[in-house]
Amino acid sequence: MDDFRSGVERHRPYLLRYASLQLRDKDAAEDAVQETLLAALANESGFGGRSNLRTWLTGILKHKIIDHIRRSAREIALGADEETSDFDALFDSRGHWIEMPAAWSDPDASLAQQQFYAKLEECLARLPAKTARTFMMREHLGCETGEICKELGLTPTHCWVLLHRARMSLRECLQANWFGK
Amino acid sequence: MIITCKEATRLASQGLDRKLGFLDRVALRLHLAICKGCTNAARQMEFLRRAITRLGEDADERGALRR
Repeated sequence: MDDFRSGVERHRPYLLRYASLQLRDKDAAEDAVQETLLAALANESGFGGRSNLRTWLTGILKHKIIDHIRRSAREIALGADEETSDFDALFDSRGHWIEMPAAWSDPDASLAQQQFYAKLEECLARLPAKTARTFMMREHLGCETGEICKELGLTPTHCWVLLHRARMSLRECLQANWFGK
Repeated sequence: MIITCKEATRLASQGLDRKLGFLDRVALRLHLAICKGCTNAARQMEFLRRAITRLGEDADERGALRR
């Protein structure tokens, strides 16, 4: 039992980082991780040594994070910031690029650089709340669009618009602050 | 079958979230074949997916993957 407890505890920093990336709120992330660890300790037999412990814990945490998102979805929905910003500014009236995206040379080499991730986090922090939440549910939690729509009360079309908007803002931000430098 | 860059990037993004219909896939492929800007944007959106996956990993794991 004590081995299991210390094994679970050892993953706390990883889980905290995982939750923070999605929730963007230290207290909420702490809560989700705490609930996860308690649930894990209460259900050792659920683990049964059959999979990787961290993978198992992350699976529980994912549910706790989505619970939190569900509870707070109403407050976020009140924020009207999303509708004003638009990436229409990227294209002219005929739908052509105003500034054509340049190629990034060997972008995967950046994945080995710590500074790149700091920049990426800065770019993520600039996204409006609902856009960031939708994008991270898709790319970080790995939810399907259908699940995201259901939890956030969005239509699929709105969901795709938010995902597209997040991707375009992030690529622009990385172009300006990393790849274009 | 002729789509604008705005439409092409929209489809390229949606292609990461759902299976596009046949006509959309053809229109996107035709557009990307002749448009460097949209090809770059599409590749960069795929790259973002890899980057976010790595972002969630520990710093030392990223190092381990590098070797």
